[in-house]
Amino acid sequence: METKTKRRRIKDLNFWEKIYIPELIKGLSLTLRTMFKPKFTMEYPEVKFDPPGSYRGRPVLVQEENGVERCVACGLCSRVCPALAIEVQAAETELEKERYPEKFEINMIRCIFCGFCEEVCPEEAIVMSKDYELAFTNREEAIYGKDKLLVPVKNLQDRIDFLRQYK
Amino acid sequence: MSILEVVIFALIKVVIIVAAMLVTVAYLVYFERKISAWAQNRIGPNRVGWHGSLQPFADLFKLVLKEDIVPDKADRKIHALAPIIALLVALSTYAVIPFGPDLTIGSYTIPLVVADVNIGVLFILALTSLGVYAITLAGWSSGSKYSLLGGIRSSAQMISYEVSMGFSVAGVLLLAGSLRPVAIVEAQYGWMWNIILQPIGFITFLVSAFAETNRLPFDLPEAEPELVGGFHTEYSSMKFAGFFLAEYANMIIASAFIVTLYLGGWQIPYIEKLGLPSVIETLLCLGAFLFKMAVLLFFFIWVRWSFPRFRYDQLMNLGWKVMFPLSLINIVWVAALIMIFGL
Repeated sequence: METKTKRRRIKDLNFWEKIYIPELIKGLSLTLRTMFKPKFTMEYPEVKFDPPGSYRGRPVLVQEENGVERCVACGLCSRVCPALAIEVQAAETELEKERYPEKFEINMIRCIFCGFCEEVCPEEAIVMSKDYELAFTNREEAIYGKDKLLVPVKNLQDRIDFLRQYK
Repeated sequence: MSILEVVIFALIKVVIIVAAMLVTVAYLVYFERKISAWAQNRIGPNRVGWHGSLQPFADLFKLVLKEDIVPDKADRKIHALAPIIALLVALSTYAVIPFGPDLTIGSYTIPLVVADVNIGVLFILALTSLGVYAITLAGWSSGSKYSLLGGIRSSAQMISYEVSMGFSVAGVLLLAGSLRPVAIVEAQYGWMWNIILQPIGFITFLVSAFAETNRLPFDLPEAEPELVGGFHTEYSSMKFAGFFLAEYANMIIASAFIVTLYLGGWQIPYIEKLGLPSVIETLLCLGAFLFKMAVLLFFFIWVRWSFPRFRYDQLMNLGWKVMFPLSLINIVWVAALIMIFGL
């Protein structure tokens, strides 16, 4: 036979908790205090979010100070891209790097912002930017060519520093 | 005063009250959203007008422009009737609640209540019970299981809490010795407010008022996670707006009723000793009434954003096993007060 003993469990309420009202006042005072705390809301179109270096915005091509992209058109990024968003067409050049991307397109409808392209790039030529405002009104517009992808290296310093530290 | 003057004054008061009610409802919705935002560390609506102050009108335009959809299985007549009942109840109940002492302008003495009837309290209780029909009929006629469940829950809930509400009111009536709202207010002269004399009755009445208005700890009829939208699942456009308006108008009535019954109505304790001109005194009293109401309305909203919803069995337990006995104890308490102190 099982003996029935009345044990006090931790979740049993004491008298003051059972009559409910002190606990209600506690709850009310919590929300009242919250009402006067500073707000977290960022009023977006007026105030823009400035992401930290670890932020993965749209992938861009790094443009050196002399106006030439770093990319050597090895095609690794397009190879690794799980969403098949990148298309690279290589061509030869007189410069020291010998190859350059004649055509470099990222389909921003396909891109999933995984950052594999940046991770795999041997030249640190494609990095994720802080750019998060990516609205387009048709599919053609969503295919970003070199004109949109090239970004001067000084604008990407945060991300490059982050990559050098953690990659 | 001639009959014509009486009719004119009554009409003016009706128009003012209905207009004030509608504007208050609009801003109540606005403050509901603002306070909910503040309680959650957000800012709340701030795009339309100064700090979002035109938001309620934008919401209204949106509602008016929406398509009015009636489900195929619905009983069309009753479906249309339900929001009308809700609105009728919400807008007519206020008639008997006094919002100030008599206003004397020149030779006219205008009582600041639309209808100073002898059975005012009964009138309010009767009309709020009629409000149950709106919700029950809405649930029944929609031809949807969620609406029906919401309607059934609501009628069970409102009938249960009406009992403790009635018994709490009985305490007040014992002290005032009248069903006339004006007499009840006048019986609470000075600091003899009923909240001080019968705090238990105040609490039971307040809780029942929350249940009667379907406000959050007791908003089971429209419990979103379980019942989609409850009784108004199948309502859209202006019919939905009718229910929405009625809900907030009921909140206003509930707080005005609580002020009248327990918080001394329009009275500011011992204000006549300051010797102010009677018009200013009247306006101050009116302000006091509105202030008390505003505090209660804030309380309604504040509670909504603080507490989670009751489970259905908990609701019934609270109603029948806690609130009902407490309101009976309150009657005994008041009777004892009257016997001992001869109030």
